[in-house]
Amino acid sequence: MKFEIDFKTIESVAGPLVVVGKQGNAKYNEIVKIRLHDGEQRLGQVLETTDKSAVVQVFGPTSGINVDNTSVSFLGETFMVGVGESMLGRIFDGQGRPKDGGPAIAYDQRRDINGYPINPAARAMPSDFIETGISSIDGLDTLVRGQKLPIFSSSGLPHNQLTAQIMRQATVKNQSEGFAAVFAGIGITYDDAQYFINEFRKTGSFKRTVAFMNLADDPSIERILTPRLALTTAEYLAYDQGMHVLVILNDMTNYAEALRELSSAREEVPGRRGYPGYMYTDLASIYERAGVVKGRKGSITQLNVVTMPSDDVTHPIPDLTGYITEGQIYMSRELTNKGIYPPVQPLGSLSRLMGNGIGHGKTREDHKNVSDQLYGAYAKAQDAKSLSAIVGAEALSESDRMYLKFGDDFENNFIRQGTYERRTIEDTLSIGWNLLSELPERELTRIKSEFIAKYYNKDKGK
Amino acid sequence: MGVIEKVSGPLVVAKDMLGSSMYDVVKVGKDGLVGEIIQLRKDRAIIQVYEDTTGIGPGESVESTKLPLSVELGPGILSNIYDGIQRPLEVLRSKSGVFIEKGIVADPVDKKKKWKFVPDKGVHAGSSVSEGQIIGHVQETELIKHYIMVPYGVSGKIKSIKQGSFAVEDTIAVVESKGKSNEITMLQRRSVRKPSKYKNRFRSDEPLVTGQRVIDTLFPVAKGGTAAVPGPFGAGKTVIQHQLAKYADSDIVVYVGCGERGNEMTEILTEFPELKDPRSGRPLMERTVLIANTSNMPVAAREASIYTGITIAEYFRDMGYSVAIMADSTSRWAEAMREISARLEEMPGEEGYPAYLPKRLAEYYERGGKVETLSGKIGSVTLVGAVSPPGGDLSEPVSQGTLRVVKAFWSLDASLANSRHFPSINWLSSYSLYIDSLESWYEKNLGKEFLSMRRECMQILQREAELKDIVQLVGAEALPDHERLVLEVGKMIRESFLRQSAFDEIDAYTSLKKQEFMLRAMLRFSKKAEDSLKEGIPLDNITKMKIIDQIARLKEVKEQEVEKTEKKIAEEMDNEFSETSEAYIEAEEK
Repeated sequence: MKFEIDFKTIESVAGPLVVVGKQGNAKYNEIVKIRLHDGEQRLGQVLETTDKSAVVQVFGPTSGINVDNTSVSFLGETFMVGVGESMLGRIFDGQGRPKDGGPAIAYDQRRDINGYPINPAARAMPSDFIETGISSIDGLDTLVRGQKLPIFSSSGLPHNQLTAQIMRQATVKNQSEGFAAVFAGIGITYDDAQYFINEFRKTGSFKRTVAFMNLADDPSIERILTPRLALTTAEYLAYDQGMHVLVILNDMTNYAEALRELSSAREEVPGRRGYPGYMYTDLASIYERAGVVKGRKGSITQLNVVTMPSDDVTHPIPDLTGYITEGQIYMSRELTNKGIYPPVQPLGSLSRLMGNGIGHGKTREDHKNVSDQLYGAYAKAQDAKSLSAIVGAEALSESDRMYLKFGDDFENNFIRQGTYERRTIEDTLSIGWNLLSELPERELTRIKSEFIAKYYNKDKGK
Repeated sequence: MGVIEKVSGPLVVAKDMLGSSMYDVVKVGKDGLVGEIIQLRKDRAIIQVYEDTTGIGPGESVESTKLPLSVELGPGILSNIYDGIQRPLEVLRSKSGVFIEKGIVADPVDKKKKWKFVPDKGVHAGSSVSEGQIIGHVQETELIKHYIMVPYGVSGKIKSIKQGSFAVEDTIAVVESKGKSNEITMLQRRSVRKPSKYKNRFRSDEPLVTGQRVIDTLFPVAKGGTAAVPGPFGAGKTVIQHQLAKYADSDIVVYVGCGERGNEMTEILTEFPELKDPRSGRPLMERTVLIANTSNMPVAAREASIYTGITIAEYFRDMGYSVAIMADSTSRWAEAMREISARLEEMPGEEGYPAYLPKRLAEYYERGGKVETLSGKIGSVTLVGAVSPPGGDLSEPVSQGTLRVVKAFWSLDASLANSRHFPSINWLSSYSLYIDSLESWYEKNLGKEFLSMRRECMQILQREAELKDIVQLVGAEALPDHERLVLEVGKMIRESFLRQSAFDEIDAYTSLKKQEFMLRAMLRFSKKAEDSLKEGIPLDNITKMKIIDQIARLKEVKEQEVEKTEKKIAEEMDNEFSETSEAYIEAEEK
């Protein structure tokens, strides 16, 4: 057993940081146990170490820590967490301690929560189509197993409903391996956490789910840990137990804010809007833990919620996220105001891995063309709409009026669907062809002639 | 041997380091992590470490190798995938599995594999050779001869030279200079931070043909030139870089994935071995070297990855090859510099970037160019760098520093990307300053007409944009017919020429010949339509013509059918125009 030495050499406490002097030689990123004079224990991590002192970040509040009789010991290892299959169906707090009052958990292994970077040469190309049953996602921004696809939302938009609907409905054709979900609530309210737990319970998917809940009033520094706990658990389930794991990190904006809080406590040079310059790298160390790897059965798919402060997609959090993730599902306030659910705005959304997951043998051979044409036509409809706002509908050309109508029909028939409505990919594509058949054949320049001959409804276009 | 005093992220401070020099490579701590000295203060060295420093602490040892950060160059480099400090990722995978563990070392090129070395005809015992001179070659892949050059610093008379199968570290020749014998192997080391030597540098006068219509026709880059691709996320930077890596007509491609997504490298690794080079018919992987330092890999190695890439590119250039290097993304490289600089507590310049950022960018792009190599061959390095400006705003330091040095600018546009117009290169704000120097090449290879067609195409697009502004105010119906025709032709060029699918088998690559043919057909239509308007035929009669639908589908024409189709389209166009005009006159007479 490792011998723990207690140091009573705390020099300063500021925000979440404690400086410990003359502590032997602490290792970078080493975990620290802090004992208060009343016996309470907290964990921390070494952020900087010199031969004279170590800067320690405390997970949890620093209240009660004092300079004269709080002791500190260095544990000689990085932050480790237990993982095991028995975690399925259980709820943990943001530091990975069970909080559902259930029996003690039998862990199989202990793992470093930071993991190691996946060797790019060991990755396999994600190419299995995940059918979410939602037209605007399956048809236009297809989710693929092993992808990281965030939901860009804003306060007041139904991202929780959409996330829950995807968790309920997502399936993969011919799936033989097990399926699991790992949910990490990061700084979410009690109500939202309860909503998800109820949703899982209602649909019976709870026994396939591991939930980590860091609530809005939990220590914000704990948020640095929560997504990493979730991903370490997911990696175990995926690569050791061969399951296909859907990870939901909700909400990454709260994570980024905790990162900023920590950075400002360390008095670092701030980057854009006060967020640290290394935020890109830090977010990447979370998002890049999605994927499929060669020689292992399972996979990790990430569907993370990012709420855009003041609906601004150029805000550093969604901006850096978009540069790392493989696309985004963009939720629009305008569609919500029109009463359209799910308010997925195709023109801001994108799935970079879509090309690998669709087409002949996966969805249908015309999928890519249909999607491109719907995009093109809907973009034209938006142009026509802004034009008509200036010159009035009367001054529009015949073609603009046609697209204006197409736009409305598209929003109402294709995007709009029920919270419990599940459409197969065939349903989605046939709704798409129905809409495209409103347009004359010569407008369909993005579709190959052979697919037009096969699917286009000539009678409707006249 | 030094001792660690402080660890902060990728930065380590060590004392007792007298005797080491700037940019020496060091081994840090008990795991022997690779690092590089980036500052010296008396006996203290500040070291950036290329691996995760977790678990390293004060008191551990630091050992200097007294060598600068270098790459190993020799047969076996091609088709490989390396990390930022040239560790072969496939070998690491066989050693540590799916995840990259710390402190693993591996040789960049296989030192056991034997290659068949053939000396050059003119090179034998007694010949005088000098540094950089080619003395023989190895057929590395079916596509590429790997020339063996005399390493830097060696000149003299060949004492002996062998032919046969050798491993890269076996002696293949001995060169005697000033009474000293130098054993020459097929492996050499070059420091990554120093540009390689050459004899002369020339103006770039030949285009890098990429098969991408908007690039080749409107905004070409020259072989040996530089281009930047800035754009917000989702605009398609990476797809453009991939298309160039696939279809550009350079002999060698070096692709640096710098701080980007792991799956993008996987995509290249899965696709390239299967894709065939459109000219030689060989798998693309045979001419490709990949450097992958993805966003979750250590940040200091990301800083090094760009230099590793360009040094490998220069090495192949020195053999007389045209090399294209894609760096995706230079912004992540700059951010890595910023992170290191912040940890060094340097006074920050704009947006926290170090004050030396513009100089580093300029130094990098200046390593491109068309040169006469030390062995008298002509080689070139073309640099294409992606830039990822925060929020898509080009006023930030990395974009600005890049735009000051590059000569082709492909500006990606989020609104084009949103409507799935790819490549989303904006035809109004992009530019290429190579048109003048490429003029004679175009005239010689495509005829005088091509550049005038290009000018006409640009004029139409410019005029269309102006008219669209007016339409925004008064509606299209208020424009006279000849102006509405410009809108029609503009739309035709945008939708059917500039727009190109990277995922369609036929459309992904368009030869210059086919590009010329497509453009000619569209401009011919424009001319004929103008003439018809002058005859008094209303535009509505013209826009109903079937030939428009055919022009829209010219991209579906196979390369080998271009000539046949060209005649057919011209004939049908003439016929339909005369029919339309006859029908109109007939109707009027009634």
